[in-house]
Amino acid sequence: MPTSNPAGGRRPAWLKPPRPDGPRHTLHIVTGKGGTGKTTVAASLAAALATAGRRVLLCELEGREGISQVFGSRPLKGAGERRLISTPAGGQVFGLSMDPENALMEYLETYYHLGLAGKALDRFGVVDFATSIAPGLQDVLLIGKVYEVTRRMIKNMPNAYDAVVLDAPPTGRIATFLNVHEAVSDLAKVGPIRGQADAIGALLRSEHSIVHLVTLLEDMPITETIEAVADLVPTKIELGWVIANMITPTSLGLDQLRLAVKGRLPLKVPGLSEVDNKILADQFATDAQRLLDEHQRKERLESLRLPILDVDLDPLGIDEAGILAIGARLRDQLAEEIRG
Amino acid sequence: MTGLDLAAVIADPTIKIIICCGSGGVGKTTTSAALAVRAAESGRRVVVLTIDPARRLAQSLGVEQLDNTPRPVSGIDTAAGGSLDAMMLDMKRTFDEVVADHATPDKAEAIFANPFYQALSTSFSGTQEYMAMEKLGQLSAQADEDGRWDLIVVDTPPSRSALDFLDAPEHLARLLDGKFLRLLLSPAKGPFRLMGVGFTLVYSAMEKVLGAQVITDVKTFAAAFETLFGGFRARAQDTLALLGSQRTTFVVVATPEPDALREASFFVDRLTESGLPLSGLVVNRTHGSELEISAERALALAEDLQTASRGKRQSGHRVEIAALQRHADRMRLIERERRLLARFSGSRPDVATWSVPDQPGDVTDLEALRLLGSALVDQH
Repeated sequence: MPTSNPAGGRRPAWLKPPRPDGPRHTLHIVTGKGGTGKTTVAASLAAALATAGRRVLLCELEGREGISQVFGSRPLKGAGERRLISTPAGGQVFGLSMDPENALMEYLETYYHLGLAGKALDRFGVVDFATSIAPGLQDVLLIGKVYEVTRRMIKNMPNAYDAVVLDAPPTGRIATFLNVHEAVSDLAKVGPIRGQADAIGALLRSEHSIVHLVTLLEDMPITETIEAVADLVPTKIELGWVIANMITPTSLGLDQLRLAVKGRLPLKVPGLSEVDNKILADQFATDAQRLLDEHQRKERLESLRLPILDVDLDPLGIDEAGILAIGARLRDQLAEEIRG
Repeated sequence: MTGLDLAAVIADPTIKIIICCGSGGVGKTTTSAALAVRAAESGRRVVVLTIDPARRLAQSLGVEQLDNTPRPVSGIDTAAGGSLDAMMLDMKRTFDEVVADHATPDKAEAIFANPFYQALSTSFSGTQEYMAMEKLGQLSAQADEDGRWDLIVVDTPPSRSALDFLDAPEHLARLLDGKFLRLLLSPAKGPFRLMGVGFTLVYSAMEKVLGAQVITDVKTFAAAFETLFGGFRARAQDTLALLGSQRTTFVVVATPEPDALREASFFVDRLTESGLPLSGLVVNRTHGSELEISAERALALAEDLQTASRGKRQSGHRVEIAALQRHADRMRLIERERRLLARFSGSRPDVATWSVPDQPGDVTDLEALRLLGSALVDQH
């Protein structure tokens, strides 16, 4: 296991490698274009990582309440770290909705014990200013909170999580978000914020952290995935899997699909009228075209040379059972990662 | 549930601005482009403003490079007397122009060089929304002046939440105009003297956390921006007035997914609450089937075929089984979408709604935009 930091810079002494009996990575960052099912995949990954006896934290940003929606639970905002589910494997998934104001106040309290001054800051509009304007401060506060929850495991703290899964900003903003420590380093050349930013950067670039990209097998999401990968490479953060979500399942081969598209695949369901058989065949030809398109687009994704995971479309929509079902599939495919 | 008649919206000469809003990934950009193409080809002189940095509209319109200036889109049928220009918002350039227009040259230089301004003009999450509004104001003024356009179609930024778009201008104005920045400029003067103790506390806290250099930068920023304070708030108010006027209408875009419809509900409620004019809701990517066979029946038929072919050497009815299973999935999806839309319409019965079928391919050229435009506008 290399101990030097690939991007240069000092590696903090506390940054020990992940434990061999835990997941291979401690922090899983899940991004994807809007509408690709990023939250669903993040939640399923958290469920997959929560094997017997493990605690996994699923985090969301910006008060979207996507997590509480998929689990059909009460809103998470302002509720701290709350248990969402116990997995069938015997692990637990906790949820946390992070917002910059809370993160800032918590940060000030933890590192500076600013009781009264903290409140004064709020009254003078400093909190609003700091979290909104100051260069990516909003982002650095959020990523700072992610850092804090992830670091608990590395520092053997009692409220530690075996893994943290972040439902991260969409592909268009992910590189800026993860690079935020660089932005802060540019602005604050010295001082405590600079030190914090450097430590966050070190954790993100270490073997603890990995970024996964969720996409649909459609042109725009794939283009954005490829762009995001190009943006992420310079950050030196490890790239994990591309998750092709909502794939149309089929039991047929490509040759048969091609025939179906051309209307050359005889289709006769006994008990259906000739007209209905015709409509079914036409409809299936459209579906078959879609399946062929998906197959072709997947080849574009393969050009990224990242491992690809398939997740089938669930026509019933996503709820807790759906999350656990996708989680079980991910667990089978990711045994080496999960190590549990 | 009433039907949303977008044909009437784009044909109404008193409507000068159409704003498409909704959460990310619902097809706002293609919807606004398709509406713009359709309006142009039915005789309106249209400019479409897109904001998305992924340059999706550029791809959709086959325009290689969109910058901060509207440019004619080629291939538009102008027989009805219309035209189409398209532009991509350059957030930083728009901000620079606002500063250059309102500050003396040396002040402007100082602002451009300040690291806080650089961050604000490139990475503040509300800047894009603010600058989109700024640009909309400029386009609207230009349209009034030289009559080049009689309809502006606006695609909104891919915000965290659809509501950011309405809140960002006011938020940014409040920050730039705020107590805190003014305080930094003159901590010991006038009415702020009384706050002296609190301020010292704040100041030392900030210095402790941020370091002295950052404070100096913020102060320089505040000093340079002083002349622009107030101006920002006034502009934000002008923009809101424009949005609330009779010449503007909002089209909320969603997909038949719980997240997107939830965002759409928030947005509809917010528009209603603020008295902003709403045309209705467009639901993209809905599914349908001409085959009137339920999911249950299709699966039962598939099962019968499986039983019948069991034990035989040939694979039997594999294709039929696959087609029936696909049909069952499709019917479940349709049923689920129907329930989600019924829930939306049940809770907001006054909102006119229009469903647009899932397009078979990606919408990447003018022809596909025309087809989408027809699905949006023509009664089906």
